[in-house]
Amino acid sequence: MRYAMAIDTRKCVGCSDCVVACQTENNVPIGYCRDWVVEVTDGTYPQLELENRSERCNHCANSPCVRCCPTGASHYADGGIVLVAHNKCIGCGACITSCPYDARYSHPDGYVDKCTFCIHRIKKGLEPACVAACPTKCMYFGDLDDPKSPVSEVLKVRKYKTLIPEAGTDPQLYFLI
Amino acid sequence: MTSRRDFIRISGLGVGGLAVSATGYGLYRDLAKSPLKGSELSVDTTRTPTYCEICFWKCAGWVYKNEEGKIWKIIGNDEDQHSNGRFCPRGTGGPGMYFDEDRLKTPLIRTEARGKQVFREASWDEALDFIAEKMKGIAEEHGPECTALLTHGSGGKYFGDLIKAFGSGSIAAPSYAQCRGPREVAYYTTFGEGVGSPERTDIRDTKCLVLIGSHLGENMHNGQVQEMSDAIDKGAVIITVDPRFSIAASKSKYWLPIKPATDLALLLAWIHVIIEEEWYDKEYVAKYTFGFEQLKDHVKQMTPEWAYGITTLAPDLIRKSAKEMANAAPAVIIHPGRHVTWYGDDTQRSRAMAILNALLGSWGRRGGFYNPETVAVPSWPHPPFPEPKRTWRDAFPGQYNLAYETIASGICDATIPALSRACNFKAWIVNGTNLLKTIPNSKKVLEAIHELELLVVIDTMPMEITGWADVVLPECTYLERYDTIRDSPHRKPAIALRMPATEPLYNTKPAYWIAKELANKMGLGEYFSWNTIEEMLDWQLKQLGSSLEEMQRIGVKTFERSYDDLYFQPEQEMEFDTNTGKIELYSTALAAEGFDPLPKYTPHEEPPQGFYRLNYGRAPMHTFSRTANNALLKDLMEENAAWINPKVAGEWGIKNGQYIWLENQDGVRSSFPIKARVTERIRWDSVFMVHGFGHTNKKLSRAYGKGASDSELITKVLTDPIMGGTGMRGNFVTFKFEPKEEEAAS
Repeated sequence: MRYAMAIDTRKCVGCSDCVVACQTENNVPIGYCRDWVVEVTDGTYPQLELENRSERCNHCANSPCVRCCPTGASHYADGGIVLVAHNKCIGCGACITSCPYDARYSHPDGYVDKCTFCIHRIKKGLEPACVAACPTKCMYFGDLDDPKSPVSEVLKVRKYKTLIPEAGTDPQLYFLI
Repeated sequence: MTSRRDFIRISGLGVGGLAVSATGYGLYRDLAKSPLKGSELSVDTTRTPTYCEICFWKCAGWVYKNEEGKIWKIIGNDEDQHSNGRFCPRGTGGPGMYFDEDRLKTPLIRTEARGKQVFREASWDEALDFIAEKMKGIAEEHGPECTALLTHGSGGKYFGDLIKAFGSGSIAAPSYAQCRGPREVAYYTTFGEGVGSPERTDIRDTKCLVLIGSHLGENMHNGQVQEMSDAIDKGAVIITVDPRFSIAASKSKYWLPIKPATDLALLLAWIHVIIEEEWYDKEYVAKYTFGFEQLKDHVKQMTPEWAYGITTLAPDLIRKSAKEMANAAPAVIIHPGRHVTWYGDDTQRSRAMAILNALLGSWGRRGGFYNPETVAVPSWPHPPFPEPKRTWRDAFPGQYNLAYETIASGICDATIPALSRACNFKAWIVNGTNLLKTIPNSKKVLEAIHELELLVVIDTMPMEITGWADVVLPECTYLERYDTIRDSPHRKPAIALRMPATEPLYNTKPAYWIAKELANKMGLGEYFSWNTIEEMLDWQLKQLGSSLEEMQRIGVKTFERSYDDLYFQPEQEMEFDTNTGKIELYSTALAAEGFDPLPKYTPHEEPPQGFYRLNYGRAPMHTFSRTANNALLKDLMEENAAWINPKVAGEWGIKNGQYIWLENQDGVRSSFPIKARVTERIRWDSVFMVHGFGHTNKKLSRAYGKGASDSELITKVLTDPIMGGTGMRGNFVTFKFEPKEEEAAS
């Protein structure tokens, strides 16, 4: 089993609903976030291109954050989801520095926090909160080992890219282009 | 060509502390392998139905509470046609409105001069007695018709009934003359029907969506944005006309970077091409429309080459985009837009768009415009409302006859005494609308307020307008109250229930309670003869074959259509509600009122040297000025920015991220500085900013002083002579690097 997410940059309007949905679902404190939206513009007026991306932890298969964690708090859960065991985390922040995607933050309660792919919802058969909320339905989630999962289906028919592939972390967030 | 890259992280990560804590939620194992679903499962007792009040789209959803019984999150109701189970960021951020510690908490009565914001706390009894006494006095001295209700929100129904029972017919929503009014008049005069809300655009099945300055995706009109996304999936062509490279423009096959204020020339050129090339729907035009020959003559000279000189758009681009529309017809939508009060000839511009839709045969066709249906919710029986002796119309004899709703700015004008008028308004009840930000030229609004004998403001938050009230009544938020049954039109008729998820915080009350109590004190209790709101809602719902109990369980109930008439049937004979019974390309109603029966292009004033046209719009995470203090939404966007083209910024030496002040053509400088966003996404002749920021009320602890207010800079209003709309895009700004002297000194 290999959980992954695909985000359709052609449909994303950058509304940030994914950010609020995550914030309320996971009680992320105000001023922090587990996911965020990026907007990139290229060109000069009027020859322009724009890309919107909803970004979060890439749940890398080769995660520097898991490797560098001195206590084992950062670990792989089933399906390759990268998690932080808050009770084992000493808040040293090594993982924050190691992450090429800047996906982690120090929670005011003293541990490092990040996207969990809403593992508590997946267990109940629900989609991650961001995916379920997105008004443009631009996010696809599921198991890459299951050829019938929404993420497998969409990656079969669309061009995609990953972010900072040169970091060699084997990221599991795919951006449809 | 040089390439520029503009990278923005819309919502940034905060930096947290490093204190060690033992709290954690442990490890998750045992992942389920069942297929994933978007929404919560089965019936859940921890959730209550609502429909959203953060904007006018009114999406229906579920409010969830946590184990402590506190409001936790809000998600969409799968049965709801407005949201399809998915809320927008503002709706998802609804709990931020409930938890806002800056909320109005108890009734307030003013103790010092208006605007000084000095109030004393009062009991509900005292505050309502005060209002009832004043209203009676005004009725005796001036007549009850000298009172007006200005409203935007669900409470409007109850306060509307109250003011009608009192004897006034002046109920205005700024959503008409400050927003969508011109388009409604244009569609009424053309098709005999308005566009309505939610818009009857069949975006889901369209093959070509044409947006004229409408920035879908940035204006998060949920259902429309969802359908635009579906249309993109199905390969629909999007054509966007906008001087700014909007999000919609970035998803378009054709972006037409038009010179601002020249849209009508482009529309007429498109009409010219479609007629001259015979790309119009001949059968539809012959069968259903009136005035084709006059139209053809009218646009004869309006070639793409003619429009090029006006719009700066290449003739080839105009032709190609017209062909694209024709290829898709009738599954094509020239989107009527929503906020269309721009230049004062807005009804005419909207008419040109309506005419294009008619030529392409999209009205009444799949992928064009569908015929919506509404559930008629019966009213609780009450005595007939008295006939008002005068209305707002008497203040404008012979004017705005085609406006079928009240003009909020007209109420404002008719409050400032004039010798020519018998009726000046003496009291305003203002519910859920921050008039100082919604009606342009706030100076004039204040002038009107100074003439009032009574200003009652009913709101959930302290806003600029509450500072000027005589009495402030704190309404509880939509998450704490029942409201009217939502009966908005859609593809299928449907109703939705809003019920309290929790008891109201503080000493706040729902609108229905406030209106009923006030009615009792004003001797109008017979108009509100129900004992409890539950009794009334249950009675209404039972007439519709449902019940309060059922609606509390399901939230949304969808009915089958009465007839199979979502679209016109092939060969169907149609009669339209116009003078000729046809779709009027040539408008007999406009001709009868002395206006151009066919739309004409008139040049608009251009910015003087060193000035730039002020354009404004929406951001998806905020609604008007009402969400700026919502902690969840402020986290996404806490201030607006002035978008400036890099060439312009270079001339002025303005750096990206630098704070500057904007000053308009009348010497009005923004109260607060605004961050410069130097970006290629804006034309060199205009400046863009998101509406709703620059709050001056210090009681808004998160929003005060953040960003600049466009409303403050809109001092020049271009009034639409047809329906009184307030065109707001004729203002020009320049850049300043310090505040005005008096502000700097204070």
